[in-house]
Amino acid sequence: MAMNRRDAIKSFALMMGGTMVGANAILTGCAPDDQIVGLEFSQKDIAFLDEIGEAIIPTTDTPGAKETKIGEFMQMMVKDTYNAEQQQTFIDGLNYIKKDFKSSKGKNFMDAGVEERTAYLNELKTIAAKTEEKGPAVVGMLQDLTVLGYFTSEIGATQQLKFIEAPGRYDGCIEYKPGDKAYAI
Amino acid sequence: MADQTYEAIVVGSGISGGWAAKELTEKGLKVLLLERGPNVEHIKDYKTATLAPWEIPHRGRRTLQMMENHPNLRRDYVLNELNLDWWAHESDSPYVEKKPFTWFRGYQVGGRSLLWGRQSYRIGDIDFEANLKQGIAIDWPIRYKELDPWYSYVEKFAGISGNKDGLPQLPDGEFQPPMPLNCVEKDVAERVKKAFDGKRLVTIGRVANLTQPLEGRTQCQFRNKCSLGCPFGGYFSTQASTLPAAEKTGNLTLRPWSIVTRLIYDKDTKKATGVEIVDGEDNKTYEYNAKIIFLCASALNSTAILMRSATDIWPDGLGSSSGELGHNVMDHHFRLGANGIAEGYEDKYYFGRRPNGIYIPRFRNVNGDKRDYIRGFGYQGNASRSGWSRNIAELSFGAPLKEALSEPGPWTMGMTAFGEILPYHENHIKLSKDLKDKWGIPVLEMDAEIKENEKKMRVDMMNDAAEMLEAAGLKNVKTFDSGYTFGQGIHEMGTARMGRDPKTSVLNGNNQVWDAKNVFVTDGACMTSAAAQNPSLTYMALTARAADFAVNELKKGNL
Repeated sequence: MAMNRRDAIKSFALMMGGTMVGANAILTGCAPDDQIVGLEFSQKDIAFLDEIGEAIIPTTDTPGAKETKIGEFMQMMVKDTYNAEQQQTFIDGLNYIKKDFKSSKGKNFMDAGVEERTAYLNELKTIAAKTEEKGPAVVGMLQDLTVLGYFTSEIGATQQLKFIEAPGRYDGCIEYKPGDKAYAI
Repeated sequence: MADQTYEAIVVGSGISGGWAAKELTEKGLKVLLLERGPNVEHIKDYKTATLAPWEIPHRGRRTLQMMENHPNLRRDYVLNELNLDWWAHESDSPYVEKKPFTWFRGYQVGGRSLLWGRQSYRIGDIDFEANLKQGIAIDWPIRYKELDPWYSYVEKFAGISGNKDGLPQLPDGEFQPPMPLNCVEKDVAERVKKAFDGKRLVTIGRVANLTQPLEGRTQCQFRNKCSLGCPFGGYFSTQASTLPAAEKTGNLTLRPWSIVTRLIYDKDTKKATGVEIVDGEDNKTYEYNAKIIFLCASALNSTAILMRSATDIWPDGLGSSSGELGHNVMDHHFRLGANGIAEGYEDKYYFGRRPNGIYIPRFRNVNGDKRDYIRGFGYQGNASRSGWSRNIAELSFGAPLKEALSEPGPWTMGMTAFGEILPYHENHIKLSKDLKDKWGIPVLEMDAEIKENEKKMRVDMMNDAAEMLEAAGLKNVKTFDSGYTFGQGIHEMGTARMGRDPKTSVLNGNNQVWDAKNVFVTDGACMTSAAAQNPSLTYMALTARAADFAVNELKKGNL
């Protein structure tokens, strides 16, 4: 049983990893109607999450995260698997991104292009690694949920990875060439 | 007044109970197989076995609701949204932890045979003789040569794949062809062999997954989804293996939802006449009679049934006259070892998901090695390339992240040690005076801990792993100790030990209760010592052997 246990413990540790710190960061300065409150996300909020996901895993020669309905997935996971503190960090973090993007880029996140959004989230990731501030920490959660949701989606697993339901045999040593896809499971 | 009379009753349908049912029915007895939980039909009830990743709601992660509902299961990997119903629910069936104790139970037809790790090892004379030689607890009443043919018998039917390694501390068996090691494991095996003068062996695990088909079963398809039930019958479970054999005889009656409250004991004949059950669904009480009874309810539950039986004669239950019933609870302590990165294999990969890994048989306190503790441990582990879930901190979001995670990552190899726990009289279970389960049955109270010998062993268990990985040239080798609570090995055993003397043991050398010779206990409860090997194969062999003995005794009119 050891392998399964070890992998499970490993993935659990990863999931509960260091990014999930957080507290109730109280943000001011946003128009109240632009704030996300609670986990009953509107279609607009889901669309915002879809675009964040797409900025993390964009469309290339295969579809990106948006086509996997990553926004709905993130909402469901945050509702069902995050504790209250993590949920608050997530919501506060999204509000932080809205506000911070606008104040630093001079436009709304939703009005920017994918490259611009990706560049911003990369900046945020760098900041999150250095700062004690609560807001940027959400970037780790967004990355985690996007990567999980994308690579376990039908698109991610079958188009971006190699999905083999029943291998039928085990070959312990085969050649690997750079560019060959990893297994989905 | 009995509701029905049979020739034999088997309590529990897991690994041991399935074997008892198969053997007794094949020898012509009319058998009632009682299972405390619901039925799980082979293939039909494996509802999640073929789900694709995107069909799994939380993609395998734990929900807050699962965590809240399962305060014990959440302690380890077992809490999984895909097979949640196959682990006993703590709210219906609580227990008391006088000291921390983790008890993972499978309350359904097939029991934990559906969920087990499938590692299948014999125990040898080094283990059977250890108690006697070291003055620990009591001597086993049997030796390896008595169990050897029964190991062969069960291995051939269950289907164990593995390699013959020729080690006295890990006797070889009747194996199907071994699964292959992968490139990294092969090289690590070579280097460890060289670095330790052949005294440490890295071999492929001996596992109850078929590499060749058996009757009614397809060989393993390398999906590595065993714990969801295998639609191919690729691994040994009651459903895939022993139950169809028992049913084929026409002698089997399977009764799910049958919670045995007690054995009915006749003090004049000094035998049990049958069992009393409460139906888990309608809560009514029924009685069934039989000439012989096999308790295979899982170690601690078999003992609990004895504790609830014949209390008018022995206040502490049937089999308690020695004062050892409920004592000497054991497990395997583990959750520590080491891992590292294997460089230089970037052009290598593998095909298939092997539900098995490497095994390193015990090398401590054998072949002249001597440590500041007694007994030993073995390792399980594997090497693999990491996948998309690896964390790459330096990668930028966007196409670079997407492309990088689409390729396999570095090779890593890890190993976890499983160590022997000595039988300590003071490590015990007993019936709670206060707490009852959903059906009004007193629950168990656990009072057990590891002691000095195990704690000293744990130092080696961790450091030896790192030493071997380093000797094999792995980089960034790190040790880990995730902590261990008793029972977490899910190898709980002891509490109704076999022995040579009714004054110091609960069972004799044929697994008969000294105080009721038509009652046999053949699951983990019977173990006199734990050895370091995964124990299920030994329960299979002991069960088949005891069933053969029981039927012969019955024919001779001795039961």
